[in-house]
Amino acid sequence: MNLQVLESQFWSLCLQGVALGFIYVLISLGYTMVYGVLRLINFANSEVFMVGTFATVVAQVGILQNETNSQSLHGFRLIYTLTFALIFSMLVCGFLGVLVELVAYRRLRSLGAKPLGFLISAIAVSIVLLETIRIVTYSRPQTSPRLLDKWSFGEFAGANFRIDTVMVIISGIVIFFTLDRFVTKTRLGKAIRAVSMSEEISKLMGINLNRVVSLTFFIGGLTTGAAAFFYTTVYETTQFNVGFNLGLAAFTTAVLGGIGNLRGAFYGGMFLGVLEQFASAILGSQWKSVTVFTVLVLVLLLKPNGIFGEAVQQTRT
Amino acid sequence: MINLRDKGASIWENWSPPARSSFVLIVITLVALLPYAGDFGPTSFLNTPISSYQAVLVYPIALFVLMGLGLNIVVGKSGLLDLGYVAFFAIGAYTMGIMGTMTSLNTWEILPFGIFFAMLAGLLLGLPALRLRGDYLAIVTLGFGEIVRIIALNLQVTGGPNGVVGVPTPPPILGQKFELDDHKAYFWVILIMILLVIWMVRRFTVRRPGRAWEAIRQDEDVAALMGVNLLVYKLWSFTIGAAVGGAGGVIYASKTMFIAPDMFTFNTSILVLACVVFGGLGNIWGVILGASILAYLPERIRFISNARQLVFGLVLLVIMNVRPDGLLPRKKREKIKQKEAK
Repeated sequence: MNLQVLESQFWSLCLQGVALGFIYVLISLGYTMVYGVLRLINFANSEVFMVGTFATVVAQVGILQNETNSQSLHGFRLIYTLTFALIFSMLVCGFLGVLVELVAYRRLRSLGAKPLGFLISAIAVSIVLLETIRIVTYSRPQTSPRLLDKWSFGEFAGANFRIDTVMVIISGIVIFFTLDRFVTKTRLGKAIRAVSMSEEISKLMGINLNRVVSLTFFIGGLTTGAAAFFYTTVYETTQFNVGFNLGLAAFTTAVLGGIGNLRGAFYGGMFLGVLEQFASAILGSQWKSVTVFTVLVLVLLLKPNGIFGEAVQQTRT
Repeated sequence: MINLRDKGASIWENWSPPARSSFVLIVITLVALLPYAGDFGPTSFLNTPISSYQAVLVYPIALFVLMGLGLNIVVGKSGLLDLGYVAFFAIGAYTMGIMGTMTSLNTWEILPFGIFFAMLAGLLLGLPALRLRGDYLAIVTLGFGEIVRIIALNLQVTGGPNGVVGVPTPPPILGQKFELDDHKAYFWVILIMILLVIWMVRRFTVRRPGRAWEAIRQDEDVAALMGVNLLVYKLWSFTIGAAVGGAGGVIYASKTMFIAPDMFTFNTSILVLACVVFGGLGNIWGVILGASILAYLPERIRFISNARQLVFGLVLLVIMNVRPDGLLPRKKREKIKQKEAK
C-alpha cells in the first residue's frame, strides 16, 4: 500500500489514466459495435489490434523507409508520417475486421449457429492471426522508431502534458464523437441501429443485412486500428502477444459501460483507465488486474447491465 | 450428411439390456487398453512424434476429456458460459502441490480436499456472479481465472513464478505403482474418474437437477416462472463442474510433480471450451470425441513444430464452419424425439 501517491501524483495519474482510457475506448468500440448488431462477442478483435500495432510499424519503417533508430522528425514530414501510419493501421484493421467476419461469422450466420459456435470460430481466427504473426516475427518484440519527439507542453497541477498524451486524448475525442455522430445521424448509422433493434424487421425494411454487418466490423476495425497506432506511438514497442491484455481490458471496458452501448464504452474506458493507474500506483502493478476485476464484479452486482446499461432499444428480449 | 449421433442413438435404443452392458464393457476394456496401442502394429499410427504416446494419452487427452466433461455440466447442460474454468483446475493442482509438500498426506487423501476447495471457490464465485446473465457472466469468470493465476504468481506460499516443486506422486493402489515414466497407471485412474463423471452426469440429467438445468438453459425467465430456483440450481451446476476441474488438477499436479502459474492461463480455459463446443455442446459423447481430437491433434502434428498451433487454429476454423453445432450435436437428437412423439 502506497497511499502517498494519492497526494503527490493525483492529477498525473488521472491524466495518464484518461489517455490509457481512450486507447481502451477505441479498442472496445470494436467489441461493442459488433455486439450491438450481432449480440456476439467479437473475440478476434484483440488480435486485430495486435496486427494493427505491427501495421503501424510496417507503415513507418517498411513503407516510409524510416530507420528503427532514426532521429525524430519535424514539421511536414512528421505530420505526414504520423497521419499515414494512422490511416494505414486503421485501414488494415478495418479490412481485417471485414475478413474476420467473412471467414468466422458469415457462414455460421447463414446456418443459424448458436452463439458459442461463433465464439469458438472467432477464437480459431484469433489463434490463426496470433500464430501467423508469431511465426513471421520469430516471437521477437518489435520496437517502433521514436519519430515523434516527446516534448512536454508543461506541467499543470503536477500532471505532465506530454505531446503524445495530449495527442491520444484529442484524437480519441475526435474519433469517438465522429463515430457517435455517424451512428446517430447518417443513413448507414441508422441502418446499423435498425439492425441492432431487430434483424428481421430491418430486413423487411430493405436493409442489406450482410452489408450492415460488414460495415460494423469495418468500423470496429477502424477504431481498433487507431488505438493500435496510438498504443505503438506511446509505448514504442509491440509483440505478437500484446493483444491479449489490451483486448481483455477493452472487453472489460465495453462490459463496464454496458456492452452494445457506445457512450457507455466511453465512460467505461475513462473509469477503467483511471482505476488501473491508481491501482498500480497504490497496490503495485501486479495487483492491477485483480483490482480491476474486483471492481468489475462489484459494479455488475449493483448494475447487472453495466454502469449505463444496454441502450434501451437494445435490451435483449 | 451422415448423422452418427442419431444412428447410434436409434441402434442403442433397440438393444436389450444384456447387449447394452456387454457393449459398454467391451468399450471400456478397449479404452483401458489404449496405452498399449502404440506398441501394437496396426494401431501404431497413433504414435505421436517427439513426445511419448502414453504421456500424451494422460495429458492432454485424458485430462482434457475429464475437464471437458466437467465444463460440459456448466456450459452444455445449464448454458452458463464459463471462460475461467482453468481456475478450478489450478485450485486443485495448488491444493495438491501445497498440501503434498507441506503435510504428509498422500494424493488420495488430498483429492477430497482439492475437490472441496474447488467447490468452495465455485460457490464463492458463483454467489455473486451467477446473478448475471450471458456475456456478463463470461467476463466475470474470465476475470476470476486470471485472478487465481495472478494470486498464485504473487503469493509466497504458492512459490510465485517458480511454482511448487517436488509434488509427491500417488502411493500404489492394488500393487500398481505410480512412477514418473510409467503413464499407464495414471491413465487408468483418470479413466475411472471419467467413467464416474459420465455416470454422475447421466444420473443428474434424468433427475430433478438435470431437468432444472435444461429448463434454465432453454429459457431462464420461463424456468423461474415454473418455480425453478435459478440461483440454487446454477450454483449446483457451477460447483459440480468446479469439483471435476479440481479433481483433474489434483491428479495433474501429482503426475507432473511440478506446477507453475503459467500452466493455468486463459488459453487452457479456451481450449477446454473449444473441446466442448467442437465436440457438441451438452452431449457427453460429443465432448469426449471433441476433447480427444483437439488434445491429440497438436501432439500428432508436432513434426511441423513451429506451425502446429496455426494448423490447429485452421482446422478448428474449418470444422466450425462446416459443422457449427459441433461434431455430434444434441439438437438433432431432440428433433428425433419430437418426431417420435408425433
